[in-house]
This record gives sequence, structure tokens and C-alpha cells, in this order.
Amino acid sequence: MPAISFQSVSKTFPAARGGTGQALKALDDVSFNIEEGEFFGLLGPNGAGKTTLISILAGLSRATSGRVLVQGHDVQVDYALARRRLGVVPQELVFDPFFNVREALRFQSGYFGVKHNDDWIDELLDSLGLADKANANMRQLSGGMKRRVLVAQALVHKPPVIVLDEPTAGVDVELRQTLWQFIARLNKQGHTVLLTTHYLEEAEALCGRIAMLKQGRVVALSKMVDLLKSASSNVLRFKIDSELPPFLAGKARITGRIVQLPAHNAREVEQYLAAIREAGLQAEDIEIRKADLEDVFLDVMGGKALSGDGPALDAKAPSGGSAVREATSVGATP
Amino acid sequence: MSGWQTLLYKEVLRFWKVSFQTVAAPVLTAVLYMLIFGHVLEDHVKIFGQVSYTAFLVPGLVMMSVLQNAFANSSSSLVQSKIMGSLVFLLLTPLSHWSWFFAYVGSSVARGLLVGLGVLAATSFFGLPTFVAPVWTLLFAVLGAALLGALGVIAGLWADKFDQMAAFQNFIIMPMTFLSGVFYSIHSLPPFWQGISHLNPFFYMIDGFRFGFFGVSDVSPWLSLGIVGTTLLAVSAIAVHLLRTGYKIRG
Repeated sequence: MPAISFQSVSKTFPAARGGTGQALKALDDVSFNIEEGEFFGLLGPNGAGKTTLISILAGLSRATSGRVLVQGHDVQVDYALARRRLGVVPQELVFDPFFNVREALRFQSGYFGVKHNDDWIDELLDSLGLADKANANMRQLSGGMKRRVLVAQALVHKPPVIVLDEPTAGVDVELRQTLWQFIARLNKQGHTVLLTTHYLEEAEALCGRIAMLKQGRVVALSKMVDLLKSASSNVLRFKIDSELPPFLAGKARITGRIVQLPAHNAREVEQYLAAIREAGLQAEDIEIRKADLEDVFLDVMGGKALSGDGPALDAKAPSGGSAVREATSVGATP
Repeated sequence: MSGWQTLLYKEVLRFWKVSFQTVAAPVLTAVLYMLIFGHVLEDHVKIFGQVSYTAFLVPGLVMMSVLQNAFANSSSSLVQSKIMGSLVFLLLTPLSHWSWFFAYVGSSVARGLLVGLGVLAATSFFGLPTFVAPVWTLLFAVLGAALLGALGVIAGLWADKFDQMAAFQNFIIMPMTFLSGVFYSIHSLPPFWQGISHLNPFFYMIDGFRFGFFGVSDVSPWLSLGIVGTTLLAVSAIAVHLLRTGYKIRG
């Protein structure tokens, strides 16, 4: 039985009242399974439908059609059983200003019917570096500390399936490392983890398998290793002050002065460098690196293709025409 | 504690942690009403023939405080956690709509009764109240607080911002409480306004509550009980329905 099963999930938001806008199709027939014990990444640009999908999974929102199961329990029909199995770290940095950290965690345990939970609460506080903040009011905590409490609140009832919706957005390096060590440990112990993140380096380092969403549809679903293999093997990266010749500009991903070009072999690298020399340009800080998830991501999302043939996708590509939420950004740098 | 009991406890603790604002302030307000109206009208008005105005005013003020605070508790807690986003912690739990309902209404009753007791204690300096039929007093206090707590749940779910909440409180709850006979017996009104008052469920809550003090009231306490009970059931049914369907809280 899969840990999470999305079955033909669609979600349409009605047009705003009084406006002339169209209804918004945030999710369009999304289907895939996440198996027990997986560390699964859900990626996509802003507005691709990631949070909508997580909201439906968590019961915060209802699918227009289709259904979602958590360890076989429908999140609508069997909501109590499904929610007991889920621990969700919400994206927004929210907190209850009336209580301190320990009270918040005790209440959250109580809502799930978990009694005498102080041992586990102490372990969570220790693991997340919150032990000395246990009696601090939530209002007194920094953003990073509040984020840690959100994680602790999601785990307080020991859910077998953990969902993290951009848990490291705006979080410092130390917390990110603490968090990932802890989540990786839980994953090793058998917890299934579903992660959405904009930090593709994190996804690449942690996730065994990923799905990419674009305009509400699954456009890639694959093991991480296969996805990386399918990308071009190398990228030529350099800095330049002038405009590139058209031959190169068409292939390159350009960020300010930085130019990145897909390179499958040494001959291609030579061709690129020759073209630069012939145009009378000066390239600096030249390096060749292995293609990473960001290259694949931009390729799939329709940015500048850095791969030759594109990854082998086992999900259908999106078709235009329907009223879908606009992808606003494909920028995703660590 | 089970899930709903935890939520009830948390909701009680929530208002208790700010008890200056949620308990002490309304008690002081009621005492000020008592001082001013009691001073001005004590020598001029006798109600039901033999009851002094001050004695008459006490149960009205107590019940008004019970009702307003019961409403304020559930409505402000819900609207605040909606706006702050912390309602998500509850939305993610397996708590049923009944758990939500009993916890929010239960904590409203607790705050209403606590403020009511405070007002009663503070106003007893002006003269000890009589309790001819204390069971009626307690019954109407609990039913009235529950009714306003349930109404607060509806308002809290409906309101998207504090402004809407204030509108609900100031344009519906306040006028209905003030025009229900807190400060006067409706028998002192012209027949037309007496008729209008009989359409106001708040009138029956206060009149029934007052019966417990004096053993006399504008209408039979049984009639009041029937009307308050029916209204409570109707309002509760709406509140439970909204919670079950996730009105404005689950997209």
C-alpha cells in the first residue's frame, strides 16, 4: 500500500466574485503514488500547484475531483485516520501567541489524543535545538526558532508520513542542517517524507524520487538518479562582459555576467570557446561542472535547455489552452 | 484528556491568560453601569410593584455580561486564529466538528459564567441579591451563554477581518442585549415596543434569568425556557453545519 496516493486530483478555484477573471485550474488530473519509506520531492515554480496539492492532502482544502489516500485512508471520508498518519509542516510561519513552546506542543499532542507525551516532546526539543526555548513564549522566538517549533508540532504525534512544505524558506544554514539531519534520521527509521522546496540542491541531496509540477500538471516523475542521468553530462560556465554571438545565445542560460552552456563532450566545449574567440570576446572564470537538478528543472519547466534531449519523462506533458495558473518564476537557486 | 477536552482546556487557558481584558474589564464596566443607573434611578423606579431598581438591575447586568462575554470568547478566538493563521494547527488534527463545537461553546460558557459571577460578587456590595429559584438562574445563565457561544462560532467563521467581527458585535449583539430589558421591565414600554421586545430572544434569556432572583418575571419562565432552548438548538445546528462543511476555513 502506498504511503500517499494521489488519484486524478483536480482543483479549480472559481472566478473571483464581481471580477471578469476566469476560473483558475490549479491542479489538473494529478496522479502518482509515494511508497512507504520514500524521501520524495515535489518541485515546481511558484504557482505550479504544489501547495494546493499539499493542502488537499492535509485536508485544508478539498479537491474538485479525484481523491487522495494516506496509507489507504481517504483524506475526506476517513479524515480522522488519514490525519493521524500525517504530520504537516505548513509553509507559512504561523504561531499561537498565547502560549509557550512546551504548551503549544502539549496541546498539539492532546488534539491527536496522545497522552503523557513529555518524553517525546523533550526529544523533539533536543533534536531541533529548542531545549532552552521550551518555556519561551512563541512571540519571543526568532523566525528560525518558530520554524523549528512548526516542525516539532508536526511530529508531536509520531506520524508515519511527514509532509514539509518549503520548510527551509528563509532559514539559516545551521537550522537547515539540523533539520535535514533530523528528517533524514526519521526517514531512515521508516518514516515517509514528502518535501516541497525551492532549494534544488536540497532536493538533489535528499530525495530518492521527485515529481515536477507545472501549471497544475505532473510534467516529470522519476528517480533522482535517472533524472540526472537524462540531463546533459556537463555544463560549461564562464563570465563575460559582452553580448554572446547568436549561435551561443540561443543555447545559453544567462544570469547577469554568468553564462552556462550544455556540453556533452570535449569537442562541444572547444566549439563554444572557439566561437567566443572568433567573436573577439573574453571569457573569464571558465569552469566545467556536472549538470545538476537545477539544469533538469529549468529544462522541464521550459527555461533555457541545458540538456541535449531532455530527461525521460514518464508523465504527460502539459497542453496549453486551459485556464491554468500562470507559472510566474522558474528561478530556483540555492 | 481527549482531543476535544484538550481544545476546551486550551480555549479556557487562552482567555484566562489575558483575564484583565477578558474578565476584570467587563466586571468593571458592569459595576460602572450599576453605579450610574442605580444612582440616577434608584429613588424613581419600582419594578413588579416591590422590587427596587438596583435589585432589578443586578440580574440584568449579570446576564448581559454573561451573554456578551460568551459571544466575545468564541468569536474572537476563531477570527484571531484565522487571521493569524494559527487555526491551521487545529485544521490538521483529527478533531471532529462536534469536538470543535463543544470546545468553543464550552469555553464560552466558562468565560460567560466567570464574568457573570464576578459581576454578581462586585454588585453585591450594593445589596445582597435574593435567589428565590436558583436552579432557574443557573439554567438560563448556562443556556444563554451556550447560545451566544454558538452564535460566536458562526460569527467567528463568517468574519474575515476584525472589522466585520466588530460590526456583528456592535450592530447585532449589543442592540439586542440593550433592548432586551436589562435596564427596564418591558411592561414599562408602550404596547408596540412590548410586542417588538417579544420577538427578541435575548429578552427571554434575561427575563428567565431574573425569575430565578425574584420569582416574578414579565413572562412565564417556562415560555422563556422553550424559546431559549429552541433558539439554542437552531443556532447550534447552524454552527455545527458550518464547522462540518469547513465554511471559510477549508478551501
